[in-house]
Amino acid sequence: MKKKKAGKKPEKVKIKKIKVKKPPQPEWKTKPIGGMIFEAGNSLKYLTGTWKTARPITNYDKCIHCLKCVVYCPENCIKAKNDKKDHTEYQYCKGCGICAQVCPVKCIKMEDEDKFQE
Amino acid sequence: MVKTLALTGSEASAEAWRQINPDVAPVYPITPTTEIISKFSQYHADGKVDTEMMLVECEHSAMSAAVGAAASSARTVTATDSQGLAYMWEVIPIASGLRLPIVMQIANRALSSPGNIHCDHGDSMACRDTSWIQIFSETAQEVYEHTLLATKLAEHKDVQLPAMVMQDGFITSGNLEKVKVYNDTDVRQFIGSYNPTYSMLDLQKPHSFGALNLHDSYFESKRQQEEAMRNAKKLYLQIGKDLSKITGNKYDYFEKYRLDDAQYVIICLNATGGTTKEVIDRLRAKKKKVGLLRIKLFRPFPYDEIANALKKARAIAVLDRSESYGAYPPVFGEINNALNLLKKKPKVQSYIFGIGGRYIFEKDIENVYSELMRNKFRKEPQYIGVR
Amino acid sequence: MDFKDYARQPQKLASGQKSCSGCGFPIIIRMAMSAIDRPFVVCQGTGCVSVTTTTWPFTSWKMPTIHSAFPNLASTAAGVETAVRVMKKKGKLKKDIKVVAFGGDGGTYDIGIQALSGAIERRHNILYICYDNQAYMNTGGQRSSATPYGAATATTPHGTLHHGKELFRKDLTYIVAAHDVAYVAQASIFDFADLTRKVKRAMEVDGFAFINILSPCVLFWKIPTSDAYKISELAVKTCFWPLYEVDHGKWILNFKPEHKMQIEAFLKPQGRFKQLLELRNRHIVDGLQQRVDRKWKELLFMCEKTKEKPEKKEVKKVKKKKIVKKPVKKGVKRKPEPKIKTSKTRSKFAKLKDKLKRKRR
Repeated sequence: MKKKKAGKKPEKVKIKKIKVKKPPQPEWKTKPIGGMIFEAGNSLKYLTGTWKTARPITNYDKCIHCLKCVVYCPENCIKAKNDKKDHTEYQYCKGCGICAQVCPVKCIKMEDEDKFQE
Repeated sequence: MVKTLALTGSEASAEAWRQINPDVAPVYPITPTTEIISKFSQYHADGKVDTEMMLVECEHSAMSAAVGAAASSARTVTATDSQGLAYMWEVIPIASGLRLPIVMQIANRALSSPGNIHCDHGDSMACRDTSWIQIFSETAQEVYEHTLLATKLAEHKDVQLPAMVMQDGFITSGNLEKVKVYNDTDVRQFIGSYNPTYSMLDLQKPHSFGALNLHDSYFESKRQQEEAMRNAKKLYLQIGKDLSKITGNKYDYFEKYRLDDAQYVIICLNATGGTTKEVIDRLRAKKKKVGLLRIKLFRPFPYDEIANALKKARAIAVLDRSESYGAYPPVFGEINNALNLLKKKPKVQSYIFGIGGRYIFEKDIENVYSELMRNKFRKEPQYIGVR
Repeated sequence: MDFKDYARQPQKLASGQKSCSGCGFPIIIRMAMSAIDRPFVVCQGTGCVSVTTTTWPFTSWKMPTIHSAFPNLASTAAGVETAVRVMKKKGKLKKDIKVVAFGGDGGTYDIGIQALSGAIERRHNILYICYDNQAYMNTGGQRSSATPYGAATATTPHGTLHHGKELFRKDLTYIVAAHDVAYVAQASIFDFADLTRKVKRAMEVDGFAFINILSPCVLFWKIPTSDAYKISELAVKTCFWPLYEVDHGKWILNFKPEHKMQIEAFLKPQGRFKQLLELRNRHIVDGLQQRVDRKWKELLFMCEKTKEKPEKKEVKKVKKKKIVKKPVKKGVKRKPEPKIKTSKTRSKFAKLKDKLKRKRR
């Protein structure tokens, strides 16, 4: 039997090549213990913006920069710069429309998300 | 300098706590463990420890507070039994799942209902699958030493699991015995300071403890716990060796009493070992080859070592002080698994005794040995002392 | 604190948490944490917060945080707080770390009230914020003891025989105040300045502080996703959710609506109260209105009672008493009294006597 197997050399070589590859370490050996999460605030990698069906569009000409929308945005995706409303991070915006409702001058309009899909 | 004191099992636990000087002790009274708490409260009142006592409103909160404190890099101890342990149960797997080395004293007591305050092991057996290290102790001396050992073992960086130290309620916890108490400085040097790998108070490395781990990640965490348990088994002997430098005692997984040439062996936990030893001495005088194997480390369970120790035995009786209703009792199940590792399996019989604190007498144990010698084996567990 | 101060601050809860679109609690947590200007750690109770902010491998918290179980938020926080105290005492910790706990109404009003009560009694230095969405929303909207009278939930649905929850809600803020706690307040996202001021005050006090905040739930209050602010406003203006605080036993009303709106205004936009607006269910609305009115009166009474003007009040009361007594005298005592008449008759007799005397003379 051994002799027969030795005759099939090319096959053996192939198998050896596969064996050379080190098996990756099982995940449980590298995972932080106790199901802990070490990277604080890493939920930024999770883009909740894909959920939305409507998108808030700000008319900056009408905006009085009171920043009420910044405070009432549950996702904190409306950003201010130098005490002025700057932009909306649509990758996190869930399209709830609270910003449009709290706006005292009604300069935010909720528009269909479909329009913005390419 | 070694002092010999007359202490009950409870006082021996409290004495160990005094030497360990834990940071936080969230406790709630329950018979018979209350004695530990009361004694330790006196140490606290006299300023012998700088522990922060948390006198909480229930056992559930006691364990919850222990989880909070231990996660915040505080060395934490608590004590309970029976209904208290059952009430805590929700938080018990959380403590081990979060990998917090809390050390808990348990003076075993029967679970209700019917109401009972006396000893059986039903309460701690209900926690055997919660990934807590479980160490059973026969005497007050052992309770004291096991508490020190458990603290060191639980906090080891390769383990990081909570531990329970068991003693028989009233039988050990209430009886006065001579206890050798070792030098405070030696003990404290052995225990060392607690420097956990992860802490809630580390603002530089903010970690999220107790996150939601769903089907994609939960299994891995549990596999890690199993690995930690395996490590604990190895480290138990190693840390035991360190402790024996102070105490001079041996710390094996189990106690072997006249076991090496024994043909008829009884296996039990805790204080019943003492009664059995008396009987063995008497039977040995009559040249009967009888012996005892008393398990100390129940979780992680030393299967191979026990199988090895029972290699030469002809017949074995496993005495359980707890029931697993509708199944074989817990210790018997484990011993049976261990014996399956042997090529030639000795005969083994299950006995259940002492439920709810029912006494076991020397004549009962003699009777067990004689049944083994008469080769009397039955499929069902046999009851000792039930009327 | 105003909106600009909020915008200037670095966010302590990162975006990307998985709560429903338009959910109230992220607003509450962001507002509350923006008012905290010292190092703190967060304890979470089981519920929407823990599930949506810490789902492995993502966490939204930028500070250390712990989640243990459902009923034990207060006791876990107490454990952390005790550890902070011990570590400071032993010199292992130099910073003054505050413990902040976020729990839902289920874990606070119901299953966690024992732990909460115990932690308050032991005077732990914790800020406990309850986001009250008035039912077990994380498990699918079952009734809790915070659910208001008449609300439809998964376990108290509107049917032909029963109409929503038939019991009144527990007033937890009162219960906590009865513990003689250092600071307790009721707040709403409707008033940002008030909410942040309360959190700041709660961080100042030495001892247990509790803030109860109404958290609109889009899914089970059955409201549009954009209505969290509007509903909160209506809750305050109908006096369903009055804004007040109890600072070391002193009750202070923070917001008194100019025109107290009828409770229907709060019920109407919410799907969970939909059936109450039918005519046959009028009595339920009336019951709720009566309850709100009574509670509002009670609150005003408590605020008045604990005001620091004891002397002036007494003088006023005496004056009032006199005013009240006068009409009673007019109505009851004076009519049967014939004194005036008798005096008149007497005088007549006197006149006659005089005449007779004169005649005799």
